[in-house]
Amino acid sequence: MPSPDRSALDVGDRLPELRLPPIDRTTLALFAGASGDHNPIHIDLDFARRAGMPDVFAHGMLSMAWLGRLLTGWVPQAALRSFDARFVGIAHLGNAIRCSGRVVERLERDGELLLRVELEAVNQYGERKVLGEALIARGAGRPRTREPDS
Amino acid sequence: MIDRRHIGMALRPAVLAIERGRLRFFAQAIGETDPVYLDETAARAAGYPDLPAPPTFLFAAELDAGSIVAMLDELGIPLDRILHGEQGFTYRAPVCAGDTVTVTARISDIYARKGGALEFIVKDATVTNQHGTEVAAMRSVIVVRN
Repeated sequence: MPSPDRSALDVGDRLPELRLPPIDRTTLALFAGASGDHNPIHIDLDFARRAGMPDVFAHGMLSMAWLGRLLTGWVPQAALRSFDARFVGIAHLGNAIRCSGRVVERLERDGELLLRVELEAVNQYGERKVLGEALIARGAGRPRTREPDS
Repeated sequence: MIDRRHIGMALRPAVLAIERGRLRFFAQAIGETDPVYLDETAARAAGYPDLPAPPTFLFAAELDAGSIVAMLDELGIPLDRILHGEQGFTYRAPVCAGDTVTVTARISDIYARKGGALEFIVKDATVTNQHGTEVAAMRSVIVVRN
């Protein structure tokens, strides 16, 4: 997918959706190791039950990392100025997360033209898990291509 | 109740050497398929000196260094009571394999909601690289279920 000409992007434009496979225990084990978040509540069923949870559940930062993939699949990372997320729901095993975003504002900050993008990660039932926003530089970046996700 | 005297407390500085293998592991763990994050040749072709750290990767530095667990210990908060409420990143310069970053963080606020049933710890951090350049700022809100 060719990267968009960011100077032509405008309010209302949508990012191509990113759909993830259902969350399983392997995903959480690998993310624990890779992210450095070894909190057993995400990987140890016994610990999770003792904490009053029915099962382990996903790290919020896993869904945020997926939203990051949505962004960097759309524009080069060098254009990313800020990226904020609120974790509004727990992503459970079996949840298939869908990441979406749309341009909501054009603004200028410190002499730079920016786009404000609203982001959302929901599960297959449409339940919101992460709400976020990013500021993207509108300046022309290096053109790039990316293979679509299979 | 978390003692409000902890507002302003500095966390142990966290130093993380960014390694290619770790970045590839992170990329694979999040299902990243973009070669820029997996193959240093593709990364160089995209204008980076080496594999770039993905947008949320820097959060690992304080976890690896044990700074967050040490902070929770200091505050007397067990791991099974916390949830991640919010996370923010401000980006000032790219971070790539070969860089060494230092995260300097402090607790900027502690407040309660729902009559104390939930407490919030706000942590602000700056990230500098081996040249002393500030590459990012991070803001975390940790929710404590009482």
